[in-house]
Formats: sequence, C-alpha cells, structure tokens
Amino acid sequence: MTWVRIVAWRAVMAAPLLLAVTFAMFALAKASPFDPVRQYLGDRAMTTGPEIAARIRANWGLDRPLVEQYVTWLGNLVTGDLGESRSLRLPVTQVIGERLGWTLLVVGCALALMLVIGLVGGTLAAWRRDSWPDRLITGTAFAVEAAPVFWVGLLAIWVFAVKLGWLPAGGLTDAASATVTLPDLLRHLVLPVVVLAFSQSSWLLLFVRESVVGVLREDFVLGARARGLRSRTALVRHALRSALLPFITIMGARVPELVTGAILVEAVFSWPGVAGTTIKAALAVDFPLLAALTLLATVAVVLGNLLADLAYTVADPRVRVLGVG
Amino acid sequence: MAAPKTRWRARPETSGRVTGWPARRHRLALGTLAVLVAAVVLVPLFARLDQQLVDLPSSGLAPSWAHPFGTDEVGRDVLLRSIYGLRVSLLVGLTAAVAGVLIGGLVGLAAGTAGGGVDRLLMRIVDGFNALPHLLFGIFIVALFSPSAIAVIVSVAVTHWTTAARIVRSEVLSLRGRPFVDAAISGGSSRARIVRRHFLPNLAPHLLLAAVLMIPHAIWHETALSFLGLGLPAHLASLGNMINDGQRSLLAGDWWSSLFPGLLILLPTLAISALAQHLRDRSSPRHRSESAL
Repeated sequence: MTWVRIVAWRAVMAAPLLLAVTFAMFALAKASPFDPVRQYLGDRAMTTGPEIAARIRANWGLDRPLVEQYVTWLGNLVTGDLGESRSLRLPVTQVIGERLGWTLLVVGCALALMLVIGLVGGTLAAWRRDSWPDRLITGTAFAVEAAPVFWVGLLAIWVFAVKLGWLPAGGLTDAASATVTLPDLLRHLVLPVVVLAFSQSSWLLLFVRESVVGVLREDFVLGARARGLRSRTALVRHALRSALLPFITIMGARVPELVTGAILVEAVFSWPGVAGTTIKAALAVDFPLLAALTLLATVAVVLGNLLADLAYTVADPRVRVLGVG
Repeated sequence: MAAPKTRWRARPETSGRVTGWPARRHRLALGTLAVLVAAVVLVPLFARLDQQLVDLPSSGLAPSWAHPFGTDEVGRDVLLRSIYGLRVSLLVGLTAAVAGVLIGGLVGLAAGTAGGGVDRLLMRIVDGFNALPHLLFGIFIVALFSPSAIAVIVSVAVTHWTTAARIVRSEVLSLRGRPFVDAAISGGSSRARIVRRHFLPNLAPHLLLAAVLMIPHAIWHETALSFLGLGLPAHLASLGNMINDGQRSLLAGDWWSSLFPGLLILLPTLAISALAQHLRDRSSPRHRSESAL
C-alpha cells in the first residue's frame, strides 16, 4: 500500500525534526537572560531570601543541566503531561484543550472559503487572461498579498463593525451573554474567517492562475479544443484537473503561513483560540505554554505535509497505480 | 535546449504582445520607492519628531491640511510618525535582509561546494527551518530575549535565510559543471580561488535579487511583531507600533491612525515585488518570452 509507506516515511522524517525543534527551544530558553523565578516572585523578589529562590529553582528543576531538563520534559510529554502554564496557573493541556477547537473552527472554515476564492478566482483569471476581470482579480490578489493581515483585519472591523454595524468587532460571543449560542457564534465567526481566507487566498489564486495558464498551452488541451470541445469543457475537464496536482503539494507546504495568519487574526479579533494564546504566552514569557504551542504548530506543519502527500496518492493516478511521484 | 516554442501554440484570443502596463510598471515602482526613500531621508532633516510628545487638545483629529494623515489618540501627527516609522521599518528590514542573505549565501555556498554528506545535512537543516512557522519562531526569540530592534533583526534573519541558501546552492551546483570551472581546476586553481574568482561574481546577481525580495518579508515581520507588542519599544514610532496604537482608537471611529501606517507597509512591498519581478524577467529572457505568449 502506497499510503502506509508514505505515512511511515513521513514519521521517520518528522521525528528528528520535532526533536531538533524542541531541543532548540530549550537551548534558547537556557541562553535567555530571562529568569522565571524572579518573574514568579515579582515584588516579593526584594524580600525573599536567596535560599528560598534557590529552593523554588530546584523545585522547578531549573538548576539542573539543560539536557536533563529536556529529557524530563520529553518524558512527561510522552505521558501527556505538558507542565503548568506559569501565567494562567493552569495545566498546559487544559489551556490547549479549551482553545484548540475554536482555532480549528476558524482555520477550517477559512481553509474552505480560501479554496473556493482561490480556485474560482484563479481559474477565471487564467481563462480570460489579460481581460479586465483578470487585471482586477490579479491586481487585488497582489495588493492583498502585500497587505499585512492584521491591517486588513482592522480595516474590516472599521468598515463592518464600526461604520456599518453589521457584525461584531471581535470575541466569541456578545459580552452580555453567558452561554455560547449558535447564531451569536456564527455572527462572531464571519469577520475572522473572511479576513483569514481572503489574506491566504491571494497566493493560492495567483498560483492557480499561473498553473492553469501553463496547462492551457499544453498539447492535450489544444487537442481537446481541436476535437471540438467547448472551451469551458476543455478548461474544467482537461486543464483544471492537471493544473491542480502541484497545488495539493503547495497547500501542504503553506501550513506555516496559515499558522502565522491564524495567530494574527486571532489577536486582532480577540478570538479565544490557541494561536492568539501564543501571543499572551510570549508577552508573559510563559515558557511551558509557549513551548507546547510551538510544538503544536510544528506538528501541524508536519501533518499538513503528510496530508498533502496522501491526497496526492488519491489525486494522481500515476502515484496511485505505479507508486511513483 | 528544447526546440523553440512556435507561435501557433498561443491561444488565439491572446495578443502575444507585452501591453503597456507591465512594461511601465517597474518605472512606477522605482518612482514610488524613490519618493518613499527621499521622504524617509529628507523629512527628518527638517521636521524633528518628539517620540514622547503628548498633545491632548489636538488628539484624534481627522485628516486635514494641517495634519494630512490626522492625529492619533494622544495628539501626535500621524504623517510625521509614519515617515519616521517607515524609516525604522526600512532600516530593520534592510539589515535583516542583508544578514539573512549572508547566512543563506554562506550555507548555500558551503553545501554546493562541499557536496556529499555536508550538503545533505545542511539541506536537512534548511528543510527543518522551512517547516517552522516564521512568526512563531520570531515570537519565541523576541519573548525570551526582551523586545528590541536587535532581537527583531535576529529573529527575521534566522528564519528567512533558507531561500537564499537554496538559490545559492543550486546555482553553485550548476556552476560546478561549467567548462570554465573545469578549466580553472585543470589549471591548478585552489578551491578557495575558484569560490572567490568564479563562484562569487556569478552568484552576486542572485544574492542581490534574494536580498531585494527579502526586504518586504523583513518589513512585514517587523511590523507584525511590533503590532503584537513583541517588536520595537512601544513609544518608538514604528509602523507596527502605530497600527497597534490605532487599533485602540479604531472603535471610536478613528480610522486614519491605522489606515495610513498600513498603506506605508503596502506601498514599498508592492513596489519592491514589482521591481523584483522586473529584474527576474530581465535576467531570464525565456521567462519573459513565455509570459508574453
């Protein structure tokens, strides 16, 4: 089975990567001038004797060598214990567990919308190349590509929340409501999803356009046209199908950008997900939480690549049947 | 080389002629960049910016002739601060881009020249860095090493060198097979001499292009970190800090203190990518003729 081999190969490749990333995090934390014990003590640092500070340090295991700390953390990780968040005073697993769903909701919806925008826009632009709709679509995509997503988010808040008053400016629910209701949630979901999808779809759209333009020049499309197929049929049934193959791989490779976009969008819209929490963890220099979130993001990237490879086996008959890439 | 593509492959409805806009675009881009750079260099000579100034009576003024970009929540002129902010962003972006290209160039040169195990190891490291969400890594570095311009530059440079490394490596690999390199080797040149006399001059245009392309990334990165409160010190006029400040007064209807700094991120980014596109098209006639088809 092709996919078993792919999964196994990816896992073999991912293990050293994850180890390197996590170890680098520990090395950076060790090299950092930041002292978590001082942060924990705050004002009390003035009145606390050095022996008590040393005891806290020993208690947290901060006095032990880097490798030993790292191995302990890895061991705990295997048993599902990610430590305790220093800023929220909660287990890291609980913090992530409460917020991961909200992030997946936004990112999932945005991904679906972005596929639609990118595919439809890119194909239209390629089909009517150099026409005014193409200029408009491509120009907008370039502008969006250059615009920082947090700025686009703020503009969207200003237009749709402040000026028009159609949608809420941020958060998960209205401040007054105690429970999450579906209509309320959906209203709060619209702006973050649209902004994230919009900002991420520009590269996708330009890629699809480039790819379809290239394929439209191929002999088999010319052949389809020569046999009298309508240009729309040649486009959708012939050109688009092969133009989309490289696109699967590139989708998988773009997960880091998606994570980046999610971090910024959650920050702008005060969305209570894991990505926005990263900022809070960073501002509070909450190492256990920050380390867990960085690991989570890296795992997401690895998973993205894996899914892309698996999707490739389904989409490309050459890989499916012959097992070659 | 494959046989040249014949004209009949072009679809009938395309004209096959470079229209006026793409041909003129790079001039517009150059003009925009010139104006921005001139503003950033000249304006500070005539108008000093007091970073700590608070002028509450004139706070939150909409754009007018006296304040073309309006004033922010503590009465600071948004236009003047934007220009100072752009100066900071361009400086940080330029430094980070040069640093990133230097790291990437060295790694790529080492991988391409040494080959074998060294090459494989270095390329694995490049893959590893590419698998990291850049902003997250930057956040991590800045959080642990107190926010400052240096931390931002380092965090951009160490996450963005991989593209340059890949470009340089593949270029070195193709240079290694050229006859003039064979001639140099059989002429008894040392490896260091070949790198210095034959590789570096041929790599220079690629390094330049990589650096130019990296500047918008670096600017974007700096503004994003500053926006999140993890970049430059908050009182300093930087584009990211200004958008962060603007976020607070946005709900009160003050759109100008976040709109204009953002436009100043957008403009140089668009101009630089148009310019890079132009440079790439010029350096590869094949790409140009194909995109004209």
